[in-house]
Amino acid sequence: MSAFEATVRQTDKAAIIDLRGLIDGGAEQALNAAYAAATATNPASVLLNFSDVEYINSTGIALIVGVLAQARKAKRHLSTFGLSAHYTEIFQITRLADFMGLYPDEASALSNNAS
Amino acid sequence: MTTLLRNFKLGFGKTQSERPQAPVAPIADRPRSTDTVRSLDLAPTDPLAAYFRSSPGVVEIDKLHLDSPALTELRESGAHLIVPLVAQGELIGLLNLGQRLSDQDYSSDDHVLLNNLATQASPAVRVAQLVREQQIEVQQRERLEQELRVARLIQQTLLPKELPTLKGWQVATYYQPARAVGGDFYDFVDLPDGRFGFVVGDVTDKGVPAALVMASTRAILRAGAQRFTSPGAILEYANDLLCPDIPPNMFVTCLYAVLDPNTGRLQFANAGHDLPYRKSIAGVEELRATGMPLGLMPGMRYDEREVMLQPDDTVLFYTDGLVEAHNPQREMFGFPHLKALLEDHPGGLATINYLLDQLAAFTGPNWEQEDDATLLVLQRTPLAPDGRGAGGEGEHILDQFSLPSEAGNEREAMNRVMTVVEPLTIPPARLARLKTAVAESTMNAIEHGNHNQPDLPVDIQVLTNNTDLIVRITDRGSVPVPDPIVPDLEAKLAGQQSPRGWGLFLIEKMVDEMRVSGDAHHHTLELVMHLTGGEHERV
Repeated sequence: MSAFEATVRQTDKAAIIDLRGLIDGGAEQALNAAYAAATATNPASVLLNFSDVEYINSTGIALIVGVLAQARKAKRHLSTFGLSAHYTEIFQITRLADFMGLYPDEASALSNNAS
Repeated sequence: MTTLLRNFKLGFGKTQSERPQAPVAPIADRPRSTDTVRSLDLAPTDPLAAYFRSSPGVVEIDKLHLDSPALTELRESGAHLIVPLVAQGELIGLLNLGQRLSDQDYSSDDHVLLNNLATQASPAVRVAQLVREQQIEVQQRERLEQELRVARLIQQTLLPKELPTLKGWQVATYYQPARAVGGDFYDFVDLPDGRFGFVVGDVTDKGVPAALVMASTRAILRAGAQRFTSPGAILEYANDLLCPDIPPNMFVTCLYAVLDPNTGRLQFANAGHDLPYRKSIAGVEELRATGMPLGLMPGMRYDEREVMLQPDDTVLFYTDGLVEAHNPQREMFGFPHLKALLEDHPGGLATINYLLDQLAAFTGPNWEQEDDATLLVLQRTPLAPDGRGAGGEGEHILDQFSLPSEAGNEREAMNRVMTVVEPLTIPPARLARLKTAVAESTMNAIEHGNHNQPDLPVDIQVLTNNTDLIVRITDRGSVPVPDPIVPDLEAKLAGQQSPRGWGLFLIEKMVDEMRVSGDAHHHTLELVMHLTGGEHERV
């Protein structure tokens, strides 16, 4: 099993990318590929599921900034759910939370990101 | 002839009370007052001197036809008869007589009588001259000795009475004034923020003037240390205060260093002083910083440098009394010799005795110390064989290890530090922050410090003191760690800036304090988490 995996689920309300493992420099290719797959159907919202993410470093933050930049350029909502308290704090410190919704779970994320 | 000239010159042109006694007798036809006792400067080349060397005995002045300034002066003073006073073959004075009161010429009996008188009187006059010379010499010597006593007293009063106690550090000094007492000084300054100042200086000149300038410099540096934190700024302040008042042709060389005992960071600035040496596992290096001596010109700027002292590192501060000592062949001890000796020695406090032994061997047994000699050794306590050891004040090293600069090793560092600090019962949220800070700092060291070169290690030290948990992460890079900046997220999202550049910003936000230090070969990020107080309770 690689250090990072990302799989895409499509729902009627949003595309969901389930992230697993370590989000660092090694996650770049898989994350970008997953985002491309998630947006292939041009959903209005994309949700990043961090429930199974063990570790995010500053390079991982940069990757998420890159994904967010792509989403904003396409005028697409990008939200997250399942972030631990620590990474929620980091998303707040980095001000990523100002540009993407942070929800505790999938249900609340979906209810706030209806297509 | 030398005695003759000295004796005569001593009296000439001085006040009556300063003149040597009776080199010239009163002239008979003048009032008997002390004003008639005159001194005469009889130059060795004066023909009159040559005459008396060849023809000792009473002579009538009118019978002398010499182009002699001394003779002219004697004539003008009314002398008629000159009786040379000779002792042990040297002309030591003249007995000059004016006209007889009866206006008759001096008879041959008078001449015989005067010659006999001169023969009898000359030894007594000579003895009186010698006694007087000796008295003057004794007075001069006593004055010099008294001055030396005062100078020594000033110096010894102002030198530190005891060595500083810094846990994790050892300090030793040696101070030996030369007989003439130069202007060496050293000082320790306890700074309010837990740092510690070391001063070594040397005032040009000797004796009381040097001691007074030393006392002023010491006081100014101490005052400066309370106003400024930077060694360069303190020297600048001292220079500007000393310049207007320091006596002409005097100046002060001075090395000012500030140690953070907790981190090993040593900042220093140099006002024209001999460069200190650092002995480390990498060898011996000069701690080079440049600047003009204090008191020469106002408005000087002082270069400021810093190094990170590692366990077992030794720094030697010293004055020129060591390196400028000469051996019997007049060869100087010198800087290359000193550096070579330090390379051959393991370092530590024993460095002082080692160097003194080497100095004694160099100068030989009959050496008279030429200048003050001051040595100050600062050593960071070596680690115990089990890898643990004392850190700074109240510190206990929990762990230290090194990792190759390979991607992913930041997690290795993070996990090991987490294991080490587990017994400290740090609240989980703060532990998570520390985890991120350690990982980011290690990654910064791997990527930016060591440029991902696996053979360059990242050194990690975990320690506690009474109040803090401290993690030091050191790279082997030459590029300084930049100041953290707040990333511009809008610019990054707009594609105007790289999405990267979060590391230092995150580290600083994750810990209670982040300190950066380094030198040309190492850079250290020090992460501090308070273990007590409100921040510790905050989760």
